[in-house]
Amino acid sequence: MLTIATGNKAVAAAVKQVSPEVIAAYPITPQTEIVEQIAEYVTNGELKSQYIPVESEHSAMAACIGASITGVRTFTATSSHGLLYMHEMVNWAAGGRLPIVMANVNRALGPGWNIWAEHTDSMQERDTGWLQVYVSTVQEAYDTTLMAFRIAEHNDVLLPVMVNLDGFSLSHINQSLETVELGDFIPPLRLPHAIDVKNPRGYGPLTGPEEYFKFRWDIERSMRDSVKVIESTENEFSRRFGRSYGVTDDYQCEDADVVVVSMGTLGKEAEVSIDLLRKEGIKAGSMRIRWLRPFPKLDLKGRDVVVIDRDYSFGYGGILADAVRSKCRADPYSVIAGLGGQEVTYDDIAGFIRGRRPGEESWFGVTPDV
Amino acid sequence: MYEIRIHSRGGQGGVTAAKLLALAAFRDHKYATAFPFYGAERRGAPVVSFVRIDESPIRVYSQIKKPDLIVVLDNSIMDVVDVLQGLKPGGEVLLNGTLPHDMKGFKTLSVDLTTIALRLNLVVAGSPILNTPVIGALAKMGIVSMDSAKLAISEMFSDDRNVKAAEAAYQELVL
Amino acid sequence: MTEIPKEEYLFKCTSACAGCSSSLVLRYVLKAAGPDTVLVMPACCTSVIQGIYPNTAMNVPVYNVAFAAAAACASGMSAAFRAGKKATNVIVYAGDGGTVDIGIQALSGAFERRTDFLYICYDNEAYGNTGMQRSGATPTGARTTTTPGGKPDTKKDIDRIVEAHDPPYMATACSAYPQDLFKKVTKALSIRGPKFIHVLAPCPPGWRYPTEQTVEMGKLAVKTGMWVLFEREYGKVTINGPSKAAMIKPHPVEEYLGPQGRFKGISKEAVDSLVSLARRNAKRLSQEEEGLC
Repeated sequence: MLTIATGNKAVAAAVKQVSPEVIAAYPITPQTEIVEQIAEYVTNGELKSQYIPVESEHSAMAACIGASITGVRTFTATSSHGLLYMHEMVNWAAGGRLPIVMANVNRALGPGWNIWAEHTDSMQERDTGWLQVYVSTVQEAYDTTLMAFRIAEHNDVLLPVMVNLDGFSLSHINQSLETVELGDFIPPLRLPHAIDVKNPRGYGPLTGPEEYFKFRWDIERSMRDSVKVIESTENEFSRRFGRSYGVTDDYQCEDADVVVVSMGTLGKEAEVSIDLLRKEGIKAGSMRIRWLRPFPKLDLKGRDVVVIDRDYSFGYGGILADAVRSKCRADPYSVIAGLGGQEVTYDDIAGFIRGRRPGEESWFGVTPDV
Repeated sequence: MYEIRIHSRGGQGGVTAAKLLALAAFRDHKYATAFPFYGAERRGAPVVSFVRIDESPIRVYSQIKKPDLIVVLDNSIMDVVDVLQGLKPGGEVLLNGTLPHDMKGFKTLSVDLTTIALRLNLVVAGSPILNTPVIGALAKMGIVSMDSAKLAISEMFSDDRNVKAAEAAYQELVL
Repeated sequence: MTEIPKEEYLFKCTSACAGCSSSLVLRYVLKAAGPDTVLVMPACCTSVIQGIYPNTAMNVPVYNVAFAAAAACASGMSAAFRAGKKATNVIVYAGDGGTVDIGIQALSGAFERRTDFLYICYDNEAYGNTGMQRSGATPTGARTTTTPGGKPDTKKDIDRIVEAHDPPYMATACSAYPQDLFKKVTKALSIRGPKFIHVLAPCPPGWRYPTEQTVEMGKLAVKTGMWVLFEREYGKVTINGPSKAAMIKPHPVEEYLGPQGRFKGISKEAVDSLVSLARRNAKRLSQEEEGLC
């Protein structure tokens, strides 16, 4: 079916088709359209889920955990402070090896209250054991939400997946959307450790120093195994539905002398910058990182790298720049831009690339000549 | 790329007008995006929505700084907002009804959307529906085809008075 | 007739909706509280009405805090002021969502610890700030964006929950009765310890009625008995005048439900549920007032 939809509605449309048995969610701007659309689907019978309007985000994740361990599919959505409020339970979901899928509409943190796009919220969850993917178009939001369930539920993964979309820039923009006939793309969920009263076990009891670390390694092992699952899932999606994405979305990187690395909608707008720069004779390329966890292998050898961080780790630096620096042994020009929904246009991004100073960090709007 | 900025007040349907326009352009087999700028707006406060239409995929998400067309659904907004800001040289303005106002030499068209809506009793919660007739006016201006405009309206609204309102606006707008 | 001070602490031209009860309520709350006051505000409609940096719409300090944290934040602030021998009023000004749902843990803790503060919950029976989703305070049968078919569950009785903490003073109020609200805030602030005032705040976009009928809606809520104005001071209940009258001769509940778009198409079962809950509540309060229970 070919129509137009917002990022939020696209996520809700995907969830409707996947039909989780339990959805527990709490409203927060700019995620609200997702939960409202789901509530409407449930009310008019299009979606046969148990929809629990919980009293807080901490409870939303706790409810998802409770549902998920019985072996059913679950979903929730949140943003910003909601995500941070559920932080303890976000950790619990990954540690509990539960294939929960959550849409996070990236939004800045207060104070002051700011409802616009920033990645710090999900970046602060990067250590939790959740897989994380960042999308940049409405179509991608829909497709990736579908794929997220298949990846999370794969026997080699059994870890929760967070699908991130930029607040307002993507959650509220209308773009074209083609929905698919799912068929058996997402196999039925068989959670090996689901509660079974005929085979009673204790879940997550006191675990001593001689055992605990083994469970932590098990999470990491699955995180590494998920790389192949992500690849095979995306290949299968491409085979069936004709669209492919990859762990990074590379635009004109093959012969590039300089590559700009970023995530979300900025990563898509950066392609317009690349077109501009190429006309000027600058061989630039854009590498939009989609899967942040597990962190991908990036091909950045022999070129200048500009990293745009729509986030920050105070007293340290841009989180993506840090990952690129240490994982790829590159010396990026780190630009901090787009915090709190700060406007960053393709002209600005072209400027970052033209004026790059490898090894330095600039704050757009603060540092002179960024 | 053709860029349109729509000014309205919260609750008047400006955001939906943007979506309708994008859907109509989409049915014309073009690429289109539509999005509002959300401030701390409440019902009655000025709201801005953006539409981009292009023959190739649109990868720009930032706000429209130099629109080709300004649409104003509520002329009283012009007392508090500079609706002409950034309008490209040669750009056009479409107003809801006439108003003596310095349009700074830009070509300005107007059609009385409010009267069209009231005539058809196209009113919800006390407010006349302006977003469906305005699409008819935009079709007359050639932004989208009238067939696609009517298709988009019927896809989003079941009440056929909406299509009638668009047709009336199409008839009444003098280019 | 109570003398209401002329001084305004809420500036004009905020971004509040036309007919907003919260603006009406806050004006009278601040008139009663005066300038030696700090408002502690979680995310809610009023945190947006406050205005966007660098402006503020209130002529008292306003401390914005995370959604779940208002009462806990107020606990700390009050302790700090009292340690410094300051009598500054600490007033939490929160919506129903931030009180009845996500804020209830902090509220309960602050009351259990006898925090010296006033907690005001202005109740528009939904999450107004984020676009009218249901809250625990949404009444049965009401349509919200997350209960498009009408809420199946009942309205959480936050007054009984707060009562269980045995506060020295608690009351209900309504934006349509500003004098009554003013008196209650004045009385509350003269008492040491945790105080709670639950204010019904009719909301034109949320309840879907014309913006000029906000005061009328509030009066109908009381006249039909759907909202009872009362006080509980050291456990002693006093039902206020307009609600006493409503108990003797209540207006038909349809007068209140009818004009509100959120109750359009409400089932008979839901109406019966609302009425029987209101009657049960009124009966209990009457009996308490008479000392029968």
